[in-house]
Amino acid sequence: MTTTDVNTNLKTQEYLINMGPQHPAAHGVLRLILTVDGEIIHKVDPDLGYIHRSIEKMCERDTYKQIVHLTDRLDYLSSHINNEAVCLAVENALGIEVPDRVKYIRTIMAELTRLASHQLWWGVMGMDIGALTAFMYAFRDREMINDIMEETVGARLTMNYNIPGGLMFDIHPGFQKKVKDFIKHFRKALPEYNTLLSDNIIFKKRLQGIGYISKEDAIAYGVSGPSARGSGISCDVRKIHPYSAYDKVEFNEILIEGGDSYDRYMVRMKEMEESMNIIDQLIDNIPEGDFQVKTPALIKLPKGEYYQKVETARGELGVFIISDGKKSPYRFKFRSPGFSNLSILDKISRGHKIADLVAIMSSLDFVIPDIDR
Amino acid sequence: MYDFSKMTGAIHEWLSSLMPSILVTTIEWVLIGVVFLALFAILGLVLVILERKIAGFFQFRLGPNRVGPYGMFQTVADTVKLLLKELVSTNKVDKFLYNVAPFFVIIAPLMIMAVIPYGFGLTAYDINVGLLFVMAVSSIGVVGILLAGWSSNNKYSLIGAMRSGAVIISYELSMGLSALLAIVLLAGSLNLNDIVMSQQAGWWLFRGHIPAIIAFVIYIITGTAETNRVPFDLTEAESELGAGYHAEYSGIKFAFFFLSEFVNMFIISALAVTIFLGGWLPFHIPGWEGFNNSMNYIPGPVWFFLKTGVIIFLLMWFRWTFPRLRIDQILTLEWKYLLPISLLNLVLMAFVVMMGWVF
Amino acid sequence: MNAIINYFSEVLNGGISLLKGMGITGKHFVRSPKEIITQQYPENKDTLVFGERFRAQLFMEHNDENQIRCDACQTCETVCPNGSIEVVWHREADPETGKKKKVLDKYVYHLSMCTFCNLCVLACPTEAIKMNQEFETAVYDRSELTKVLNKPGSKFSQDFVDKSLEK
Repeated sequence: MTTTDVNTNLKTQEYLINMGPQHPAAHGVLRLILTVDGEIIHKVDPDLGYIHRSIEKMCERDTYKQIVHLTDRLDYLSSHINNEAVCLAVENALGIEVPDRVKYIRTIMAELTRLASHQLWWGVMGMDIGALTAFMYAFRDREMINDIMEETVGARLTMNYNIPGGLMFDIHPGFQKKVKDFIKHFRKALPEYNTLLSDNIIFKKRLQGIGYISKEDAIAYGVSGPSARGSGISCDVRKIHPYSAYDKVEFNEILIEGGDSYDRYMVRMKEMEESMNIIDQLIDNIPEGDFQVKTPALIKLPKGEYYQKVETARGELGVFIISDGKKSPYRFKFRSPGFSNLSILDKISRGHKIADLVAIMSSLDFVIPDIDR
Repeated sequence: MYDFSKMTGAIHEWLSSLMPSILVTTIEWVLIGVVFLALFAILGLVLVILERKIAGFFQFRLGPNRVGPYGMFQTVADTVKLLLKELVSTNKVDKFLYNVAPFFVIIAPLMIMAVIPYGFGLTAYDINVGLLFVMAVSSIGVVGILLAGWSSNNKYSLIGAMRSGAVIISYELSMGLSALLAIVLLAGSLNLNDIVMSQQAGWWLFRGHIPAIIAFVIYIITGTAETNRVPFDLTEAESELGAGYHAEYSGIKFAFFFLSEFVNMFIISALAVTIFLGGWLPFHIPGWEGFNNSMNYIPGPVWFFLKTGVIIFLLMWFRWTFPRLRIDQILTLEWKYLLPISLLNLVLMAFVVMMGWVF
Repeated sequence: MNAIINYFSEVLNGGISLLKGMGITGKHFVRSPKEIITQQYPENKDTLVFGERFRAQLFMEHNDENQIRCDACQTCETVCPNGSIEVVWHREADPETGKKKKVLDKYVYHLSMCTFCNLCVLACPTEAIKMNQEFETAVYDRSELTKVLNKPGSKFSQDFVDKSLEK
């Protein structure tokens, strides 16, 4: 009997594993029902609903000004960008043109948020792969952004800084200096990140060739954000449909053709550099002016349908409003990036091992409240 | 150099003059048992707090700092907590195997500790096949891990245990066959005391130059794998399996697994010190007579634990830097890289010894 | 031959990349006493600094004469998305003008429902309520999270409002 005969004659049984809702790699309460043969994954079946808070329904109850703070709780790592999406949708529907100052500050804040989100993702990615120290390195730098946010916005995570028509407050006097200090610090810290993980042979071997997303698949499943750009799809909303001050800055859309987990990882690493470039271009040129325009106390959108999309740290967030002319929307829908990105998980993790699934999940960068809303 | 066998011999003679020989043997056994259990417990406590403190410093943290000065009694408090905790188990565990597994795991390191020379004449069980004994006994630990994973009736535990079995069985090969044998070729003995004594002219790591250094590197890698530490910690693989093979254990049974992991780390380091770094011999630089003489005043056990500490720090440094390998990559590393290289190294070492190219 | 060279160069490069990583962590280990970023929380309570905009919980400002700026207009109550503010009031004739006016009885604040969105503070026409920096909001009983913000006997004062709005 040759060895191949042994393999074909061996009967093995598939079995189910519940990964989550309480699992260290689930980053929240995502439940994955895995069908595995030994360690090889045959099927991944995500089961959602463990952190469903009916935010969309709550939006239909609230007024447009009240809706904004609910979006903090979607993708809590890009809360500022979520706020911005709703505010832009409402402003566009009302035909309000916000001052340039607002646009600049919003863009800087959004990029800071993106940096903080990517830093956290990097730390968690390291932790998922097994390098526990990376987490604290990331948090050291993220803490500086949090401090900047605390000073100007008044909150560290759920910021709620945008209101329809502008910003809640003007920036803090020390804001510009602190941001510049942070950028200076982080330009030194980012190469450290690369030495610690990106160039590490074990890390590379764990990610390269794992979780390949082809261009066609990415489009078919609606993958967006850095995950899609790792497959070479140009989908950066900041470039394609510039909002706020993105049409006034020069930056590169990071595109890597590979499509595996390591490429998605590298897209995010390079995006951090781009974010710093964007902030560099804006931080000294914030124009003088008002930080908000007056809006009526009770905003009523004209009857109709409105859509606004922005680029969060995870991908394309769409806000779709149907208004019937009342003080609250008739229907409010978020097109969250995490949900579409999750849908491809089954396809790309089949045939890989359980350890790979963890790596793939972190390379897709899920935030569960964003998926579940 | 103080000969500890004089001290132990004196105790033996004093006891013999008091009571019949059977009683003397029994008392001596009990004494040795108590000493080693105490050493085991102290090592566990010290290494855990050390690991946590060092981890803290690697990560811009302070580590535990609440219980006692600098948090030094944190592990004591933890042990008391684990002792007082209820022993919870699920309904469908295989009761007998489930209860017996922690003892398997803890017995292996205890037995190996007996043959390690801590100082001149300070070995509990001085046998001429010491190294062989170490290799044989260290495989018992994996039985305990496999039993724990199997009997827990938990899929995560089972996966962890199976991974552990695969890893330890393959890594024992290049560890024993090549890394350790290379030094046996140099020393010409399997007795650990003889291996230490053969390094009086200089540690094998330096005297054996290239092949010895390669053997040392391979030994450290395989040793990390044997102790299931990062980057080979896939038996526990926190982010994949939760806790791996000891997921269903609680209280003092969990503490057994936990302690044996740390004591295993000590044993791997102690063996590395014994074989490559001259055991309890003081650090000498050829030609510096004054320096060498002053080094001789530091007693052997101090040297031994100092050197072991350095290797332990190295293992901790690995743990707090590296990501974790995947199971197939670990086996690839062993079968495609470490084993061929170490076999080649063995041949090289044999050639070096044959030609007498040893410093 | 090429394969063998590749094999060994792979091993070597891999080893070097690992050593570089260890260099980074080692560097920070050596510098660690200076670089510690964690805060020793209960000990450093007195020196903790928060931005003045930091939103921890709602409070109502009282002056020395136990006067408040809240005239029970209920704007905050309507603007709050979560219903965490309840304004209890009654109508009372003003002793000077004789006009009937709202008078605040109790300003009830449910901390358990608050999401710290700051809308109430922005909406308040008299700047009666503000967010403070008292972040230690944990309590032993849920009922303690329901707070009455106005002190007993506190009165609305138009002067107090004017002074504040001037600033």
